[in-house]
Amino acid sequence: MSPMARTAPVPAATDPAIIRNFCIIAHIDHGKSTLADRMLQYTGVVQSRDMKAQYLDRMDIERERGITIKSQAVRMPWEVDGTSYALNMIDTPGHVDFTYEVSRSLAACEGAVLLVDAAQGIEAQTLANLYLAMENNLTIIPVLNKIDLPAAQPEKYAEELANLIGGDPDEVLRVSGKTGMGVEVLLDKIVRDLPAPVGDPDAPARAMIFDSVYDTYRGVVTYVRVVDGMLHPRERIQMMSTRATHELLEIGVSSPEPTPSKGLGVGEVGYLITGVKDVRLSKVGDTVTNLAKPASESLPGYADAKPMVFSGLYPLDGTDYPVLRDALEKLMLNDAALVYQPETSAALGFGFRVGFLGLLHLEITRERLEREYKLDLISTAPNVEYEVTLEDKRVVHVTNPSEYPTGKIAEVREPMVSATILAPNEFVGAIMELCQSRRGVMGGMDYLSEDRVEIRYRLPLAEIVFDFFDILKSKTRGYGSLDWKADGDQVADLVKVDIMLQGEQVDAFSAITHRDKAYAYGVMMTGKLRELIPRQQFEVPIQAAIGSRIIARESIRAIRKDVLAKCYGGDITRKRKLLEKQKEGKKRMKMVGRVEVPQEAFIAALTTDESKDKAKK
Amino acid sequence: MPSVLPLGDPAPSDGLLPAQAADGAAQRGFGLYVHIPFCAVRCGYCDFNTYTATELGGGASQDAYASTAIAEVEFAARVLKGSGLPPRRLGTVFFGGGTPTLLPAEDLARILAAAVAEWGLEPGAEVTTEANPDSVTPESLQLLADAGFTRVSFGMQSAVPHVLKVLDRTHTPSRVPQVVQWARDAGLAVSLDLIYGTPGESLADWRYSLETALSYGPDHISAYALIVEDGTKLAAQIRRGEVPGIDDDDHAAKYELADELITAAGLGWYEVSNWSRTPQQACRHNLAYWRGDDWWGIGPGAHSHVGGVRWWNVKHPTAYAGRLAGGASPAAGRETLDAETRNVERVMLEARLSSGLGVSGLGESGRHAVAGLIADGLVDPALAFKGRLVLTLKGRLLADAVVRRILHD
Ligand SMILES: Nc1nc2c(ncn2[C@@H]2O[C@H](COP(=O)(O)OP(=O)(O)OP(=O)(O)O)[C@@H](O)[C@H]2O)c(=O)[nH]1
Ligand SMILES: C[S@@+](CC[C@H](N)C(=O)[O-])C[C@H]1O[C@@H](n2cnc3c(N)ncnc32)[C@H](O)[C@@H]1O
Ligand code: SF4
Ligand SMILES: [Mg+2]
Repeated sequence: MSPMARTAPVPAATDPAIIRNFCIIAHIDHGKSTLADRMLQYTGVVQSRDMKAQYLDRMDIERERGITIKSQAVRMPWEVDGTSYALNMIDTPGHVDFTYEVSRSLAACEGAVLLVDAAQGIEAQTLANLYLAMENNLTIIPVLNKIDLPAAQPEKYAEELANLIGGDPDEVLRVSGKTGMGVEVLLDKIVRDLPAPVGDPDAPARAMIFDSVYDTYRGVVTYVRVVDGMLHPRERIQMMSTRATHELLEIGVSSPEPTPSKGLGVGEVGYLITGVKDVRLSKVGDTVTNLAKPASESLPGYADAKPMVFSGLYPLDGTDYPVLRDALEKLMLNDAALVYQPETSAALGFGFRVGFLGLLHLEITRERLEREYKLDLISTAPNVEYEVTLEDKRVVHVTNPSEYPTGKIAEVREPMVSATILAPNEFVGAIMELCQSRRGVMGGMDYLSEDRVEIRYRLPLAEIVFDFFDILKSKTRGYGSLDWKADGDQVADLVKVDIMLQGEQVDAFSAITHRDKAYAYGVMMTGKLRELIPRQQFEVPIQAAIGSRIIARESIRAIRKDVLAKCYGGDITRKRKLLEKQKEGKKRMKMVGRVEVPQEAFIAALTTDESKDKAKK
Repeated sequence: MPSVLPLGDPAPSDGLLPAQAADGAAQRGFGLYVHIPFCAVRCGYCDFNTYTATELGGGASQDAYASTAIAEVEFAARVLKGSGLPPRRLGTVFFGGGTPTLLPAEDLARILAAAVAEWGLEPGAEVTTEANPDSVTPESLQLLADAGFTRVSFGMQSAVPHVLKVLDRTHTPSRVPQVVQWARDAGLAVSLDLIYGTPGESLADWRYSLETALSYGPDHISAYALIVEDGTKLAAQIRRGEVPGIDDDDHAAKYELADELITAAGLGWYEVSNWSRTPQQACRHNLAYWRGDDWWGIGPGAHSHVGGVRWWNVKHPTAYAGRLAGGASPAAGRETLDAETRNVERVMLEARLSSGLGVSGLGESGRHAVAGLIADGLVDPALAFKGRLVLTLKGRLLADAVVRRILHD
C-alpha cells in the first residue's frame, strides 16, 4: 500500500511524466463524489477533521438534493514506489441533463475511472459516459463501488463490466467509497495504468478551457488544462477564438482550495483569473495562448451545449421583472448551457423564454432563481423546439407554442433523440410497449448479461423529456435506467392546441402536440382549469381548439351569490375592511378578457404532474 | 355586534370628537344603539359580543348593567355637547344584543328613560328592541310599550325543529305566534328575523319557515344567510364534518325564494336582507346605518358614528364598566374617515338599499361601470337612467361584486 506523499510536486515545476489526469464517471448516484471524498482524504489535501460527505458538492442545491451538478477538479499528491505524483481528479455529475459537463471534463484527462455500483450494475449513464470516454481515447479503469453493501453482487457485475470493455473480470477493482476499502489500491492503479500527459514544453502555450465560473469575489475563474508550453502570472494571454487579451492576475491549482502558483506547465490542470466579469469572454472550449508568443493553431474545442427544452419564466409580481433579468444574467455567468431571451405573454406579462438541457436543469435553475434572488416565478409548460416550414418556404423555429405560425404550413420537424434503456430482461415487453406508445422506433437490443438487456430506440424528444422516465421507472419497478442524446429531427404530424376562456385565447396554455394526443391535452387542460378558476359573475366557457375546430369544452357556472347578508349592527368598519381585502385579492388576479384568473390557477395549471411528483420525492 | 374589533387609532380618554364631527350635524339624523351583551345560551353560529352567565363569571353582573349603560348615556351627552354638536332629538333607538329581553323590562325602560331625559325623542320616533321568543311575557312586552318602545324584533330564525336544533335555538316553533300576538296586544310593531341556509335545511324547510313567518302577518322581516364565522362552534362542527358545510348556490336559491314569497305576501324589500309591509315600517334605525347618519352606540363592543368619525367600545363588559366607573371613555379605538373612505362607504352601504345610490356622485369610472352592470342585469336600467343605481334581484345577490365593480373598474 502506498503511503501519503511526503512531498507534493510543485505546480509549474512538475514533470509531465509524474502527472495523471483522470475523471470519475458513472451513472447517477453510483458514488463518484463519495469516492472523491476518500481520495481527498487519503492524499491528505483535506484533513479528516474537515471532511464532510460529498465535499466537492458545494452548492446548496447540490447538497440538498445529494447530486452533483458541476464538475470539480482537484490536484492531489500521491506517492508510488518512492515517487510523488500529481493527480488531477475531476468529479463529474451523473444526471443525463449534465452530460455536457462530463464531456468537457473528459477533454482535460487521459484516463477515466468508470465507477459502477456493485448492487446496481451497469446502467444507462454508465454506458453513455463510457462511450464518451472512449470517443475521447481515454484509458478506462473499471471499478465496482459500494462493495460494503450487503446487496452487492461484485462477481456478477465484474463480469458485466469485463464483457463491456474487454479484459478479465478479476482485474475489475472493488472499492467502497464509504469505508475507503480499496481506494488506495485504486490510486496506485491510476498512477500505474494511466498514461502521463504529453505536450511540447517549448512550444507556444496552449491551454484548453474546460470550465468557466463566475465568483462574486474573484470575477470569472477559468479552469484550464495546459497542453503545450507554460503559463505564468502577470503575463498577457489571448483567447484564440475571440482574440480577446487579458492579463493573468492569478494562476494556480485547486487542492481543493484555490492555491496560487508560479504557473502551469504541460499536462497541468488549474485555474486562471484575469479580472474579466463575463464568462462569455472566457469561453469553454476555447484555447488560451500567450500574447507575446502566440500559438498558431487552437486546440479542438467542443460543441456548445444545446438547449433541449424551453419554458417561459415569469415573475409573479410584474415589478420583479428587472430582478429576474439581472438574476438570469448572473446565473448565465455560471452556466454556459443556459440561454434566454425576453418574451411577453398576454396572460403573464413580461418574462423570458429560457432554454434548458432538460427538466432537472429547468427545475434547478428555477429553484436557484427563487432562492438566491428571492423571486416568485411562474414557469410555463416546458416544450421542445420545432422547425416549421411554411408554404412560402419560410422557416420558423418555435420554442414557444404561442409563436406557432398561423399561415399555411408545409411541414413541421421535431427534434429526435436516440435513447438507451437498460433493464432486467423481464421488463422488455413493458418497455417496448411504452416506447411504441411514444412513437419510438426500435434500433436494437443487446444482452449485457444473462438477464439484463440494453434496448435502443429512436424517439421524439418531446415524448421522452417530460414524464417518460418516471413512467419507465414505475414500469420496471425502479430497475430501468435511461440515457438519451440528440439525434437529428423528423417530420411529424403536429398541431397546436389553444385554450380559450370565454372565447379569449390564453397564450400561456397553448401547447404543440402530436395530432393523436391533442384531444387528451385539450380534455386535461380544460378540466384542470374548470377546477382552478373561481366562478365569475357570468358563465365562462373553456374550450380547447386546433385552429378553429373545438376539440374539448368545459364550462364554469356563473357565481350566483356574492353578498354578505347578515346583520352587522353598526360595525361598518369591518365591512369596509372586508371590501379592501377583496380588493387586495383582486390584485393577485390576472385578467383574461373579463375573466379573473388567480395566479395560483396559472401556477397549478402549468405545473406538470411530473414536476409535482418530483417535488414529493 | 361581531366580537372582533377593528384595528384603528387610539381613542382619547375624554371621548371628545375632532371638529369635523360637528360639520353639518344639524342636517343629519341622530340615533342611539344600546347593546345588551347577555344571552341565556350561546347559539352555535353566533359570534356577536355577548356572554352567558357562565362565560361572564363573577365580573360584571347583569343587575348593574342598566346603571353602567346609563352612565355611558350621560357620558355621551357630555361628549357631544363638549365637541360642539348641536342638541338633537333621537329619531331612533335600538336595543340589540345579545338578548336585550334577558334583562328585566324595567331595566330597559330605565335606560330608555335616561336617554330621553338627555336628548328627548322626535315625534314618531322608532324605538326597537330585539327579543328572543323565550324571553318575553305579555307583561314584559306591555311594560316596554308603556315605557315608549314601538317595535320588537323577534329572533324566530326558522319554523323547522331540526333547523332550530342545528342553530342551538332554545324556543319551540309554537312559541313564536304566541309572542307575536302578545306584542301586537301591547301595541308594538313586529319584525321577525329568519336565517336561511342552515346545514341540513332543505328548500322545502325554508319555504315552510317563510310561509309560517308570513302567516303571522309581521310588519317587517329580516332574512339573513347563515354565515359560518371563524371560531364559532358551528365552524368547528363543519370542520370536523359533523354537519355539512354551507353552499352559496343554496343560499342564492333560498334568497330568491324569500324574495318571491315575502313580496307575494305584500312586503317590499328596502335593503338586501330586509323587507317591510310599508316603506314607513322599514327599520329606520337600520337605514340610518346604511345612510351614514349619526348614532351613539352604548355598551361593550358597541360602534358609534358621528360625522365621519367611527369608534368602538372595549369588548368585555367588565373592562367596559371599569372605564365608565373611572369616568373615562369606554372607546377602544376610532377612525376619522377621509373623503375617499367616506365615498367608499357610501357606495358600499347605499348600493344595498332600494332607494339606491346616486349615479351622479360616482365619478367617471364608477359611472362607466354602471353600463356594464346594466348589461349584466345587475342594476335596474330604468332607475339608472333616472340617476339612481338600484339593484335587481340578481344584483342584490351579487351586491358585493357590484360594489367592487363600481369602486375599482
Ligand atoms: N454503502 C455505500 N454507499 C455509498 C458508497 N458510495 C456512495 N454511497 C452512497 O450513495 C449515494 C450517492 O453517492 P454520491 O457520492 O453522491 O453519488 P454520485 O455518483 O456522486 O451522484 P451524482 O453526482 O448525483 O451522480 C449517497 O447516499 C452515498 O452515501 C459506498 O461505497 N457504500
Ligand atoms: C344581534 S342578533 C340578536 C337577536 C337575538 N339575540 C336572537 O338571536 O334572537 C340579530 C340577528 O342576527 C342574525 N344572526 C346572528 N348570527 C348570524 C350568523 N352567523 N349568520 C347569519 N345571521 C346571523 C340572527 O337572525 C339574529 O336574529
Ligand atoms: S341569542 Fe342571539 S345574540 Fe344570543 S347567542 Fe343566540 S344569536 Fe347570538
Ligand atoms: Mg456526485
